Amino acid sequence: MSRQTNRLPEGGLVDRTQVISFTFDGRKFKAHPGDTLASALLANGIHLTGRSFKYHRPRGIYTAGAEEPNALVTLGNGGRTEPNTPATMVEVYDGLKARSQNRWPSLKFDLLSVNSLLKPFFPAGFYYKTFMWPRSFWYRLYEPMIRRAAGLGTLANESDPDRYETAHTQCDVLVVGAGPAGLMATREAARAGVNVLLVDEQPLPGGHLTGEADKVDGKSGAAWAAGMADELRAMENVCILSRTTVYGRYDGMTFGAVERVGDHLSPDSALPRQRGWTIQTRQLINAAGAIERPLVFAGNDRPGVMLAGAARVYVNRYGVLPGRNVVVFTNNDDAYRTARDLSQAGANVTLVDSRAKEKVHSRGVLPASVEMHFEQYISKVKGRSHVGRVTLAPSGTEIACDLVCVSGGWTPSLHLLSHVGHRPEWDEASTSFVMKEPGDEARAAGGAAATFDLNETLREGSKAGKAAAEACGHGIPGKTNLPKADDLPAYHIEPLWRVPSAMSRADGSFVDLQNDVTVADLELATREGFGHAEHAKRYTTLGMATDQGKLANVNALGILSQLQGRPISETGTTTFRPLTAPAAFGAIAGQARGSAFRPIRRSAMHLWHENHGAVFTQAGLWLRPYFYPREDEDFAAAVKREVLAVRSSIGMVDVSTLGKIELKGPDAGNFLDRLYINAFSKMKVHRARYGVMLREDGMVFDDGTVSRLGESHYFITVTTANASAVMQHMEFCHQVHWPHLDVQFCTVSETWAAMAVAGPKARDVLARAVNGLHLENHAFPFMAVGEGTIGGAPVRVFRISFSGELAYEVYTPAGYGADVWEAIMAAGESDGITAYGTEAMTVMRTEKGHVAGPELDGRTTAADLGLGGMMSVRKNFIGRWMASRSGLEGQDRLQLVGLKPVRSDETFRMGAHLVKDIGVTGVDVSHGHISTSVYSPTCDHFIGLAMLRNGRERHGETLQVVSPLHDESVSVEVVGPVFSDPDGEKMRG
Amino acid sequence: MRIPCPWCGDRPLSEFTYGGDASKARPKNPEKASPEEWVDYVYLRDNPAGKHTEYWHHSGGCRSWLMVTRDTRSHEISRAVLAKPQPGGATS
Ligand SMILES: [Zn+2]
Repeated sequence: MSRQTNRLPEGGLVDRTQVISFTFDGRKFKAHPGDTLASALLANGIHLTGRSFKYHRPRGIYTAGAEEPNALVTLGNGGRTEPNTPATMVEVYDGLKARSQNRWPSLKFDLLSVNSLLKPFFPAGFYYKTFMWPRSFWYRLYEPMIRRAAGLGTLANESDPDRYETAHTQCDVLVVGAGPAGLMATREAARAGVNVLLVDEQPLPGGHLTGEADKVDGKSGAAWAAGMADELRAMENVCILSRTTVYGRYDGMTFGAVERVGDHLSPDSALPRQRGWTIQTRQLINAAGAIERPLVFAGNDRPGVMLAGAARVYVNRYGVLPGRNVVVFTNNDDAYRTARDLSQAGANVTLVDSRAKEKVHSRGVLPASVEMHFEQYISKVKGRSHVGRVTLAPSGTEIACDLVCVSGGWTPSLHLLSHVGHRPEWDEASTSFVMKEPGDEARAAGGAAATFDLNETLREGSKAGKAAAEACGHGIPGKTNLPKADDLPAYHIEPLWRVPSAMSRADGSFVDLQNDVTVADLELATREGFGHAEHAKRYTTLGMATDQGKLANVNALGILSQLQGRPISETGTTTFRPLTAPAAFGAIAGQARGSAFRPIRRSAMHLWHENHGAVFTQAGLWLRPYFYPREDEDFAAAVKREVLAVRSSIGMVDVSTLGKIELKGPDAGNFLDRLYINAFSKMKVHRARYGVMLREDGMVFDDGTVSRLGESHYFITVTTANASAVMQHMEFCHQVHWPHLDVQFCTVSETWAAMAVAGPKARDVLARAVNGLHLENHAFPFMAVGEGTIGGAPVRVFRISFSGELAYEVYTPAGYGADVWEAIMAAGESDGITAYGTEAMTVMRTEKGHVAGPELDGRTTAADLGLGGMMSVRKNFIGRWMASRSGLEGQDRLQLVGLKPVRSDETFRMGAHLVKDIGVTGVDVSHGHISTSVYSPTCDHFIGLAMLRNGRERHGETLQVVSPLHDESVSVEVVGPVFSDPDGEKMRG
Repeated sequence: MRIPCPWCGDRPLSEFTYGGDASKARPKNPEKASPEEWVDYVYLRDNPAGKHTEYWHHSGGCRSWLMVTRDTRSHEISRAVLAKPQPGGATS
C-alpha cells in the first residue's frame, strides 16, 4: 500500500487520527474518514480515473462535486454494481471497492483509444450520416462497433439486493443548499416560526465554505457552518436532511429528493441504501450555489486539468495538494483565491489571466511568489496521460507543470427555479443566466442568484428567509444579526468562451467533457444549420450526458453566439427538466418491488384453497383459484373433471371477488332504473335479476345481478374487474346527475365472502347445510333471495346461476367465509362435492353462452350481445339515447354467436379472425373474431363465442377461422351461443 | 400537484381520479334532446390552453366528485368545489 504522497501534513476536515483503506481497480490505497474517493485518489497521486465516452481519451478528476464529468466509477459487484458514480460524491469507507470504466483491457492501456485517432471521422451528427452508407454495414459493422466503443459504465444483470424506501414530508419553506445563504435563510425563516426543511447534498453543512480558507465571524467557514447547523438542529421547526439531492420540482410545489442513507457505510449496514423523498412545500429558497465553468482550449481534458474552485476544495477541505507546479488559468477574480491557497499550501503557482491587468481586482490577495501573466491564454497542453507543460499565447511562454487549474466563471444553479417553466435570462454583469422572475413561491440567494460576495450572500440568504416566512404569513420579531465574513475583492469576469487559438480545428478543445463534444462539433452544427441552442444540443449531444451539461452549456452557448455573430440572449438556452442529477430507480420505487410491488387481495377462503392444492391466477389484485389439480392431473384434466362434477353432481366456486354494493333509501330503485338498461323499482322484494349497465356512449359497461332485500334496500354485484369503476360511476351519477335522489350506497366487496354452489345436487346439499330457509322449488324458485344460517353463521342465499346448473350463491360476512365454505363442503361430501376454479367457471359460462370480459370489450352494445330485449323503452337510463343511434343498429354490427369446429377434433384460438375464404386474408375481409374459445367437456369438442358480422342471421353457415401468426385455419360452423341446456330447464328445475 | 378538496383540504394528486371536462352538462331533458346535443355532450371537447373546468373524484379520500378549475399550462388550480349542489345553493 502506497503512501499518501499528496496529503498535506495538516489541515482539512478529514479525520487524520484514523486510517482506512479502499481499492481502486484492485489496488489498495489509504484514506481518512471524511475523504471522498476523489480526494483519496488525489492524495495518493492518482489523477487518471477513466476513459472518455466517445474517444476513450484518458480523463482525470475535474471537479469536487456532483457535477463531475470525468471521474465516473463503478462501485460494488454483482447485483450491487452501481455504474457512473462520480468519485467526487463517494464517501470512502473502510473496504470500499471502486473500478474505472469504459476502458479495455485496462485503464492505462486502452486499445479502444484508437477512437481518439479516428476523431476526424467521428464528428457531430455521425449517427445521422457518416455511417448511413452502405445501409447493410450499419447493422453488421457500424452499430455493434459503436455500441462497444461508446458508453460509460455497464449495468448489472442481477437484481439489486439493497433495501430502499420512500418517504413523504411537508414544510412551509424548503431551503435547498446548506451553504452560507441556505443556513442564513433557514435561520431567519425558522425564527419567524414557520417549518423549514433544509436539504443539502453534502455530509457536512457549509456548502463551498467547507472548501474555503476565508473566515466568517472570525472562525473558519466550516466551523461557523457547523455551529449554525447545531443551532438550527436545536430548533423544533427545523429539519435538516444532509447527503440528500433535490432532483426535481413538480407542479404545485412538490419536490423529489434522494437521501443517501447508507451509501457511505459498508453494504452490510442495516440501514436502507437510499431513501426517496416526496417533499411538499409552500415556498422554495434555492441556495444551491453555483458551478464553475471550464475554459475551452486544446488539451483542456488532460488528466491534471481541474477546475480552480475544486483544487481549492482539495487543499482546504481534504488537506490534499493535487499538484506541486501549478498553472492557474482564469478569466475572473475568483481563481485568485485558488492561486493564493495552493501557493500557501506549498505549491509553485503561476497565474495566467486572459484579462488586462487593470481589470483585475484581486492581485493583492496573491503572495509575492506567484508569477502573473496577463492577456495570455493556454494554447497547448503537453503530456498524454497527465499534463506536463503548457504553452501560453500570444507570448509563446512554456511552463512545466503537473496541475492546471481553470476557471471560466461561475454558473448559478437554476434548475429548481426553472423546472416548472420559468425561463432564465442572460445577465451581462455576472456573465451567466439568472432567474429574474422565479414566481411568488420561489426565490434564490447566494451563488444561485449570481451573488459571489460572501457578505452579500449572507445578507441575501437572511433576506430570502424572511421573505419566504412572510409569504407564509409570518413576520420576524427582532433584528437580524448578520455574521461578518472576511472582505475579498469584488468578483469581476470577462467572457472567454474559448481561447482564440481554439478555432476551426479539431484540436481536442472540449466543450462537453462527458459527451466528448468539441468546438469543432459546434462549428459543424452551425455550418449545417443546427446552430440554435436546442438544435445544437441534439445534433452534437452536448449536455445530454449524466451531468446534463452543468459544466458545458454556458460555454457552448457563448461559442454558438460567437459563431453566429449574435448575442447569447438570442442564441437561447436549453430547457431544464428534472432530474437534475441521476437517481437510482430503487430510490423512487422504494419498497414497492417484487411481491410488494402492489397489494395482494385474498378471499376469506384462501387458506382452504391453498391447502387443497389450488393453482392461483391473478384477477386484478386478487389471487383466485384457477384450478385444483389432483395428483398427476394436468390443467386440462383437472378442468374437465371439475366441469363434469358440476354438470353431473355438485361443485362449489369462490366468487368473493365479485364487486358488491349495497343501496338503501326511498329512491334506491329509481336510481337503479337510471343506471341499468332494465328496471328494478317494480321488482318484488326477495327477488334477484340479471342487469346490464351501459356507458353514456351506449356501449355495455358492466353486468351483474341486482337483488331486492327490502322495500328500499338493494344489493348488487358487479364484475371483479369493474368493481371500483362501477362504484365511481354510481357516485358520479348520484352526485352530478341526480343529486335529488334520496339514496345512499356503499361498497361491501370486502364485507362479504361469497361462493356459488352449482349442480343437480346443489339443493339437496345446501338444504342439509342451511337452517331457517326452505329451498324447495316452489318456496325458493329461480331468482329467489332469502336469508338463513349455516353452522350458526348468517347467510344470504341467492338462487342465481352462472353455470347454467341448478345453483345458489351463498354470501356470509367475510369472517365466517371459511367456516361456511367448509360446512357446505362437509354437507356435500357424500355427493362428491368438488371445488372448481375460474377456468371451469369460464368453460361453463361459455357452454351456457353467458358473456363476460372478452365480450364486454367496450365496443359491444346490448343488442350486439343479444341482450337488446332487456332495454326498457319506458325509462331513462344512462346510454339509452346514444345506444339508439342508427349506426349502432343494422346488419353490419358484429353480433354474438357460438362456434363449433366442423371436424370435432379441431381447435381454434381466441383473437383469431373469421373469414369466408382462406385464400384472402386481411382486416378488410374479416367477418369477425373469436372472443372466447374453450374445450367443452359437456360437448366433448372445442366451442367458442365470437363476434360475427350480422351473426344472428348466419347460424348454420360454415366459415374459416384464421390465425396467420400461427399459420392456422380451421373450418367452423356458426351456431347459437348456448351449448348447454338452451331452454334453462336445469337452472329453473 | 395537489388538489384542495372542500372536505379534506390539500391532498396529493395520487388520491384523485380524473373525470374529464366539467363544462359539458348532461341534457336536462334526455327524451327531448337532439342527437346533436347528445353527441356534443358525449364526444366533443375543447382543448384550451388556460383555465379548464374538470371533474376529479377524491377516490382515495372522501369519495366526492369535485369541479376543479385548472390552468392547463401551469396546472395551477384556482378553484375546487363539490360537484354535488349543496343545500342553500352553496357549492362548497
Ligand atoms: Zn375529499
